[in-house]
Amino acid sequence: MTRRLLVLGLVLVFASSWAVAQVAADKRRSGYQDMGEALQKMQDDDTANPGMLFVQLGSQLWAKPVGAENKSCADCHGAAATSMKGVATRYPAIPQGAERPVDLEGRINLCRAENQKADRLPPDNRDLLALEAYVAHQSRGMPIAPPYGPILDAFRAQGEGIYRRRQGQLNLSCAICHDDNAGKKLAGIAIPEAHPTGYPIYRLEWQALGSLKRRLRNCLVGIRAEAWPLDAPEYVALELYLMERAKGLPLETPAVRP
Amino acid sequence: MSNILVNAPKTARRGEIVEIKALILHPMETGFRPGPNGRIIPRNIIERFTATWNGAEIFAMEMSPAIAANPFVSFFAQANESGTVILRWTGDEGFAVEERVAIAVE
Repeated sequence: MTRRLLVLGLVLVFASSWAVAQVAADKRRSGYQDMGEALQKMQDDDTANPGMLFVQLGSQLWAKPVGAENKSCADCHGAAATSMKGVATRYPAIPQGAERPVDLEGRINLCRAENQKADRLPPDNRDLLALEAYVAHQSRGMPIAPPYGPILDAFRAQGEGIYRRRQGQLNLSCAICHDDNAGKKLAGIAIPEAHPTGYPIYRLEWQALGSLKRRLRNCLVGIRAEAWPLDAPEYVALELYLMERAKGLPLETPAVRP
Repeated sequence: MSNILVNAPKTARRGEIVEIKALILHPMETGFRPGPNGRIIPRNIIERFTATWNGAEIFAMEMSPAIAANPFVSFFAQANESGTVILRWTGDEGFAVEERVAIAVE
């Protein structure tokens, strides 16, 4: 009896140390882990997280008929809690019949143009961000699972190229800060590992919800590079690579960041 | 369409101090910032927030242009009787919205 217990105990010890080793092997950190406790609590509490206001707005827009077809998102997709579960973990992706990848924001606009016969919403439009946040919120806690394919892989490789290429007057690449110096400070602010785990995010500096595109433009301006036009494919390519880097990390939408 | 998130307990013991937290979607435009055309964007803020418990005022605050967008307010109240807490935000451009929460006191 004692021997069996001893064996069981040993098995448990090995199992738990194996689990610890698995966690230790993945040293990637979401920006969430490097925030102060107050901000973490703000993100975790669904009635204190300002991003949830936009998720609420998104749920109202989801059910609102728009466009010449007078159809709402819900008319085709039904309840988002089931139909949109896990969708955000797979974007950017290639829509059926298309030749280039689109991000979630682009997919929503495609749906508006093709199925609802409504105007495309401009980038960083509040309603577009709210819909995106509502859709991505349905995947909260699910691991990022990027899709693969010849076209996607080509764009992803382009994205990695952009990530590693020095640019701007400061002659910096994304990798110099976010790979080589992540965790250190830049002008008193922690440099995160740049995992896009919670987009669209509520940034306190913006006092609003913002897209990954807006965040990338911030970084481009920061290194004094010329930001690409808002509809440039470079953003989607870079997002594809960033999602691959963050593969397996849980989605946090809507995340709060300083 | 107003968007409000309220966090208040559904039940409370008589005499208990309860915390009520409220978050509202609002731009809180200061009236000091120039817009893309160089003209000042008109001020658009919430001026006053009040809370009543069965009609009696339990909390009130004046807001100023220095308060950030989407203001979050948290306050405490003593639960003496079951009833409805009405939260009211009023401000520029005729902004007036209300949210009701029922709290049962045992």
